[in-house]
Amino acid sequence: MSEVVISAQSVSKTFGAGADKVTALDDVSVDIFQNEFFTMLGPSGCGKTTLLRLIGGFEQASAGQILLEGQALNDLPPFKRPINTVFQSYALFPHLTVRQNITFGLEMKSISRADANARADEMLELVQLAQYGDRSPSQLSGGQQQRIALARALAPAPKVLLLDEPLSALDLKLRKEMQIELKRLQTETGITFVFVTHDQEEALAMSDRIAVMQSGKILQVGAPREIYEQPTHRFVADFIGDSNFLRGDLVDGPNGGHAISFGEGQVINLAQDVKSDKLKDVNVSIRPERLSITDAKATNGNQLTGTVTFVTYFGTDTTYRVDLDGQGPVTVRMQNGDGANAQFGKGDRVGVVMPAEAIRVLVD
Amino acid sequence: MKVDASNPLWRFRGITSTAMLFFAYLYLPIVILIALSFNENRLATIWTGFTTDWYVVALSNDDMLRAAQNSLVVAVSATVIATIAATLAAMGMSRGRFRGETGVSAMLALPLLVPEVVTAIATLLFFVAIGIKLGLLTIIIAHTVFCIPFAYLPIRARLEGMDPSLTEAANDLYANEWKAFRRVTLPLLWPGILSGAMLSFIISLDDFVISYFVGGAGATTLPIYIFGMIRIGITPEVNAISAMMLLVSIIFVSVSFLIDRIRY
Repeated sequence: MSEVVISAQSVSKTFGAGADKVTALDDVSVDIFQNEFFTMLGPSGCGKTTLLRLIGGFEQASAGQILLEGQALNDLPPFKRPINTVFQSYALFPHLTVRQNITFGLEMKSISRADANARADEMLELVQLAQYGDRSPSQLSGGQQQRIALARALAPAPKVLLLDEPLSALDLKLRKEMQIELKRLQTETGITFVFVTHDQEEALAMSDRIAVMQSGKILQVGAPREIYEQPTHRFVADFIGDSNFLRGDLVDGPNGGHAISFGEGQVINLAQDVKSDKLKDVNVSIRPERLSITDAKATNGNQLTGTVTFVTYFGTDTTYRVDLDGQGPVTVRMQNGDGANAQFGKGDRVGVVMPAEAIRVLVD
Repeated sequence: MKVDASNPLWRFRGITSTAMLFFAYLYLPIVILIALSFNENRLATIWTGFTTDWYVVALSNDDMLRAAQNSLVVAVSATVIATIAATLAAMGMSRGRFRGETGVSAMLALPLLVPEVVTAIATLLFFVAIGIKLGLLTIIIAHTVFCIPFAYLPIRARLEGMDPSLTEAANDLYANEWKAFRRVTLPLLWPGILSGAMLSFIISLDDFVISYFVGGAGATTLPIYIFGMIRIGITPEVNAISAMMLLVSIIFVSVSFLIDRIRY
């Protein structure tokens, strides 16, 4: 991958003191690369916004440091950082016109009025609001204000653009449009975007890489596919998409690999190279769409048996609730296609096939 | 006119007459005062005909003009100082939480509740104790004190309604603290500041008790002058002066109200 733009090194942030002390970030280290759409994803209170505000310079780290292109930012104030922000509330200046909003940062950088205006027109063109320069922000819709906030933050050509849940105030349709728009802007400008959201779909759709955060820590960093298909933590598997969770013991599998024993001789082989000290009662996850059901008597390996308790037909696919023997319920989602699976109904004894590469052993 | 049918007071048949009685109670004295300022007769309470002569008499009364000038000097000085102090106080109070914040807030508004006579006597005692000569300066100092809460409240209200990320956005766009204040905070706060200043001005212009106590012999403000006049008797000239003061007050309060309604 290309150069590191932002590097957070063992960053911690606490608020308050004594009994009221809250740890918002707990020893977080992460590298963000040039020209990357990087998303920090997690529930509210996980520390994602705090990390963003530390990069922007709105908060100071309690410990550790943040580097921009190898230079420590330390206590450099926001107005000295070549980093711009799109705020959750947009924070457009209500007493200025759209164009004045966009030229604000340029003017502060002592760029001539003519150049600033030219740049503003270029930005308005970029966000497809060329006709709106002389309006007041209050005359614009939410989606338009969002675009202006983007134009304003992009106008000074920052090294990094920070986006603090910018889509959360928009309705679903507009949000989908803006997701595509944001991705387009990032590709066209080549600026590194650091995006904060609690919406997993948004994160999967736009990001080059995602950092999943919980309780002030980054649990996993990776490409959307990696995060979804190879979660490392139970929280990650649970927060992103649907997952089935099972518990079993780690045992030796064939060819020097690993396998999971679910007791009563039910053993499933793993493709994952597990490096866990814990062998007993480990957490295992598998996505519903990676499971399939077959005849209970079929013996093609990597298969557990159970009883169908519930069938829901969704048109393109069907969801089966299967009570696995000695394990409890799992959800199986199968595409309907040629109707091969239509034969299974409530109460049937079935085999649930688990592809070795779809099973993940997780950190609790 | 649309009437809220669910409001039980609107079902009371005598509502119109009661309301009229109420407003008459509020405004009839003022209407009479204005009417009598156009009375031809020297005795203010006996109507003999219409004239604007009393306004001419009032405006050519040098003592009255001097008092009016004193009032103006006091009001302008007190307003400027109080508004600056109030703006700084409001800015300080808006930046985050601190220990004793509620106490400080209460103390900023407290001068509104202390009986004016008490403030007047206390201020007088204080000036005498530190040996400052009573005059316009002492009036200005005393007025500044009670003007601060009047200026503070509308400014604070403006600040509370302001999105705190606006200042952060300005900082983010390369404006240092001072530039962010001048280019973003101040313009947005301006209606509140102006509204607070106008209120202060009117309150100062109107004050009698404190000016009377701390003014000393030489410093006569307009209310003190009027008080001196009516001791001799209520003439249409007093009415005329009062009517002019009322006009100034109405203009200022209206403008203050309109400015405070400015929304972006």
